Amino acid sequence: MLAWKRLSRSKIIWPLITLGILMLFNLFFTPHFFRIEMLEGHLFGNLIDILKNGAPIMILAIGLTLVIATHGIDISVGSVVAISAGVVAMLIGGDLAGHPKYPLAFAMGAALVACTAAGMWNGMLVSWIGMQPIIATLILFVAGRGIAMVTTNAMVIWLYVKPFALLGQGYLFGLPFSLYIVAFLLLVTYLATRRTALGMFIEAVGINPTATRFAGINAKSILFWCYAFSGFCAGVSGLVVCSTVMSADGNNAGNLAELDAILAVVLGGTSLSGGRFFLLGSMVGALIIQTLTTTIYAFNVAPEIAQVVKALVVYGVSLLQSESFRARVAGVFGRREVAA
Amino acid sequence: MKVRNLPILATLALFIIMFGAGSIAFTGFFSVQNFLNLFIDNAYLLILAVGMTFVIISGGIDLSVGSMLALSTMVSSSLLEKSHLSPVLVIPIVLAMGTALGLFMGYIIQTFNLPPFIITLAGLYLARGLCYVVSIDTIAINNEFWKGVAHSTINLIGNNSVSPSVIIAVAVVLAGLFMARYTKFGRTVYAIGGNEQSAILMGLPVGSTKIAIYALSGFCSALAGIVFTFYTLSGYALNGKGMELDAIATVVIGGTLLTGGAGNLLGTVLGVLVYGIIQVLIMFQGTLNSWWTRIVIGFLVFLFCLLQRIFESGKNAALAKGRAGQAPKAQAAS
Amino acid sequence: MAGEEAWGMSESTPILEMRKISKHFPGVKALSDVDFRLFPGEVHAIMGQNGAGKSTLVKVLTGVYKQNSGEMLLEGRPIRPDSPLAAQKLGISTVYQEINLCPNLSVAENIFVGRQPMKLGRIDWGQLNRRAEEALKRLNVSVDVTQMLSSYSIAIQQMVAIVRVLDVSSRILILDEPTSSLDENEVEQLFKVIRKLRDDGLAILFITHFLDQTYRISDRITILKNGEFVGEYRTENLPKLELIAKMLGKELSEFSFAMGGAERKQESAQAGSDAKGLLSVKDLGLRGSIAPFSLSLDEGDVLGLAGLLGSGRTEMARLIFGIDGANQGEIQVKGKKASIKSPRSAMLAGMGFCSEDRKNEGIFSELTVRENVILALQGRKGTFRYIPKKKQLEIADELIKSLAIKTPGANNEAGQLSGGNQQKLMLARWLATNPIILILDEPTRGIDVGAKLEIMELILNLSRQGMGVIFISSEFEEVVRCSTRIAVLKDKAKIAELSGEQMSESNIMHTIAGGR
Repeated sequence: MLAWKRLSRSKIIWPLITLGILMLFNLFFTPHFFRIEMLEGHLFGNLIDILKNGAPIMILAIGLTLVIATHGIDISVGSVVAISAGVVAMLIGGDLAGHPKYPLAFAMGAALVACTAAGMWNGMLVSWIGMQPIIATLILFVAGRGIAMVTTNAMVIWLYVKPFALLGQGYLFGLPFSLYIVAFLLLVTYLATRRTALGMFIEAVGINPTATRFAGINAKSILFWCYAFSGFCAGVSGLVVCSTVMSADGNNAGNLAELDAILAVVLGGTSLSGGRFFLLGSMVGALIIQTLTTTIYAFNVAPEIAQVVKALVVYGVSLLQSESFRARVAGVFGRREVAA
Repeated sequence: MKVRNLPILATLALFIIMFGAGSIAFTGFFSVQNFLNLFIDNAYLLILAVGMTFVIISGGIDLSVGSMLALSTMVSSSLLEKSHLSPVLVIPIVLAMGTALGLFMGYIIQTFNLPPFIITLAGLYLARGLCYVVSIDTIAINNEFWKGVAHSTINLIGNNSVSPSVIIAVAVVLAGLFMARYTKFGRTVYAIGGNEQSAILMGLPVGSTKIAIYALSGFCSALAGIVFTFYTLSGYALNGKGMELDAIATVVIGGTLLTGGAGNLLGTVLGVLVYGIIQVLIMFQGTLNSWWTRIVIGFLVFLFCLLQRIFESGKNAALAKGRAGQAPKAQAAS
Repeated sequence: MAGEEAWGMSESTPILEMRKISKHFPGVKALSDVDFRLFPGEVHAIMGQNGAGKSTLVKVLTGVYKQNSGEMLLEGRPIRPDSPLAAQKLGISTVYQEINLCPNLSVAENIFVGRQPMKLGRIDWGQLNRRAEEALKRLNVSVDVTQMLSSYSIAIQQMVAIVRVLDVSSRILILDEPTSSLDENEVEQLFKVIRKLRDDGLAILFITHFLDQTYRISDRITILKNGEFVGEYRTENLPKLELIAKMLGKELSEFSFAMGGAERKQESAQAGSDAKGLLSVKDLGLRGSIAPFSLSLDEGDVLGLAGLLGSGRTEMARLIFGIDGANQGEIQVKGKKASIKSPRSAMLAGMGFCSEDRKNEGIFSELTVRENVILALQGRKGTFRYIPKKKQLEIADELIKSLAIKTPGANNEAGQLSGGNQQKLMLARWLATNPIILILDEPTRGIDVGAKLEIMELILNLSRQGMGVIFISSEFEEVVRCSTRIAVLKDKAKIAELSGEQMSESNIMHTIAGGR
């Protein structure tokens, strides 16, 4: 009984319920949605697809959760994904025989370094120069895609180096390999934020930056590293994306991924005004979005139409999070809320 | 006065330098037609940027304009080719649609105090998705009137000519200039951008003005879409990808502050010209990837934002120093 | 009594009368049966300390609040404005401390925006600029009206704000703390304008906490205390000392020598010169904030900063703790020069600071009590030496107990605590870091009497343990009770230091009033 009470008060219950509703919908209306088979040595089915396809967004959402917790935002993550894909593809090369130009580890490392640098750029603009996060990350949003296209010489680079495919297409013990990447990153982030003071500091900065400064904490430094980490996550996500399609398309990679990631974080319970953040909640949020997409797919609706649904979901969630909207609705139903 | 116009002078200088550099480096660059081509090729962007300028001056942002442009190309071409409506009907319908969508977004942003960038970002998704609902494939336009406008030219002095789209764009700019300077609506936009709280306390119609600004942006997006179809004679769902950023970039480079309250449509025109000329320079250069435009634009945006920030903090420091010229003297006995 | 004399002796009829105005909020009685009147051709000042009800009274007058009882008469007719715009339409105009204009518009446009003169469907800029110039000339102000407002000093901006509201309507002008950001010259400029408006017959309500300015500019003074009307006086008939006494609610004869301070003084005298110097500040100052000051703090000292609202006490604290960067002077901690450039460096030097603005600068309402308590300590240890949750709870529980913080548990949200307990929470946060110097800015403000006594007892205990405390309070009685030495501040400067038997409320008030 006590456990249920505690559970119902925890923030994660609402995203889980939403996910549950979606699953229930599929249970009744989508044939074979829950079927899982063992094919070619690994698990196969709609549920597995959701996990596999949702991995890139989940990775983005991990970094974005921390940024949003500081009352900030990072809309450049999609473009940084493209940069990551571009860099790694260029360094691996499109040799048809499958010989990489540079060792895989080096190529992947270089991509991650580039993307973390991009994140640091954002961090510098927000913390030291003091720009508004939306404007600061807008710059990389614009320029990032250009950088990605220049890196790939505006060509789509196709990769044939088989080992690289493991990231996005491989399976380990029957489950998609990318899932392990998500789990690992999630674990590391969880430990870093909850087993050190970092999580508390991030929440403090988001709730009351002035009081944080007065308490003798270096708020600027925290902001900087959150954005750097977001860039790093975008880098990891880009590697997975590139590996999944074995190609780097600077124009389309990570397209509109930022909105998916922001939506995932918001659905997961972290508020856009910062403060308490919920890493697991963001994961559930990403799964909700992916399930939505997969459900629409299963009904043979064009994937682009999914965008309309997503947009409407964003409007719905925003309105629900708006106090004035809730007050109006309450008023309509006769309950008058006393204004403070 | 001088200091306030500094950003526009910077943009003008930038344009002149680029045009000059191009003329020196490439033969055939320096010509009146080349200059006019900047307008012909970017007429749609100019119209988008006019709407965006008003939004940004008021302190908001509209990320949906590129997708709205695409949507209006889809709807126009579909109405013309599939529903066989006459242009006399199509044009007003498309314009009304754009205005209505902008009105919707402005309404929920203002009434429920929602963040503009999220709502317009979702609007970007919505409009793009609706494009695909209309049609997944490209729709070519064969309407006679439309083709006539697309291919006609208006001759100016010498052998130089412009397209009707340029006339439309210039008309929009002139209308915008008038609104900004000579109408109460325009001045209220500036007031909101300067200090929204004060504007409310001064009794200005802040709420309705903010909604109208987004409706105006929607109208400009729709009009820009129609002009774009004169250029491409087709409706294509992938049109305008990233165009909102181009529009924002040209507005910023033109001297409008992203924080709101300061901006000038003439600056925006210069911003569009700078954008256009970067593309021409890269094209003339021949070897560089045209995507370098994105990088250069991004860099220029950063530069201008940085300058704006330095300028702002320098101004604040100077004011504080000037005001505190004499700290209040200790009054031991009075 | 002196107060009631003014009532019978009015030469003209008041243009505004507020009778028996009462206003309460849940749990707080902001105004109780307050009377107030304004006469044309006069400058009338409202004086009172924190919580006196000044701003509430003005908000009722300008339609921001509706009174619970009582009536308002404008030129004999009852009025009940329901919004600032409605009040403006009635002729009641207000210019606030934060200039409510648009810095990016020109001076002329700020005066006329929303009512610009039109010609042939477009704004007539020529007429707009001309009329703006004329309006300003009537106040003897000559500036280029086409320049942006932000290019002018606050003083000029204020005049523009005044011109705007007067142009819209002009029977009553309310000036809310107009001189807070002005230097001496600008204050005189403003006063010239006010005198001209007054001589032209305008009724002006002037709200300020600057004592000397009140005497320079006002003709009449109304005093409020704790939401009640104390009296209305002609300025020339009210000596400064009496004004201060009435504001604080004391009669001149009521002062007694405080017990606490004298006891502490005896104890510290016994400790003798063993007491080591903790803090030494020389000529620390910041332009526009506070005049350069010096002070020192030994082990076991409680230095009280006494002064009226706006005298500069918080500014002093912020400079010492590194929140504001001083542009002159130096700070020494334990005899060594310390570079205090930020709150972090102050904390690392052994200082702690409880801000007077609990909500915006102190409490993290969505974090738990436990997190609020250990935050500064954790900040001191850094990111990686994380205090294990068990230890956090231990520290928090211990402090909750010793400070008697009333909370259901250490894991409840801090926002749920009452004001007094939130104050104790802030104190707990700094005590957890074991500071050698503790700066407390208004720790007893807005909390119940019981909690007040507890905190004062705590301060005395801390000083006995050797901590150096800087204690700021608007209640002189408290300052006298807790301090071993008192620095007196007035109008943004430190003007005197009292110690030993000099420490008494009456002495403080005399010092502020300007000598016997």
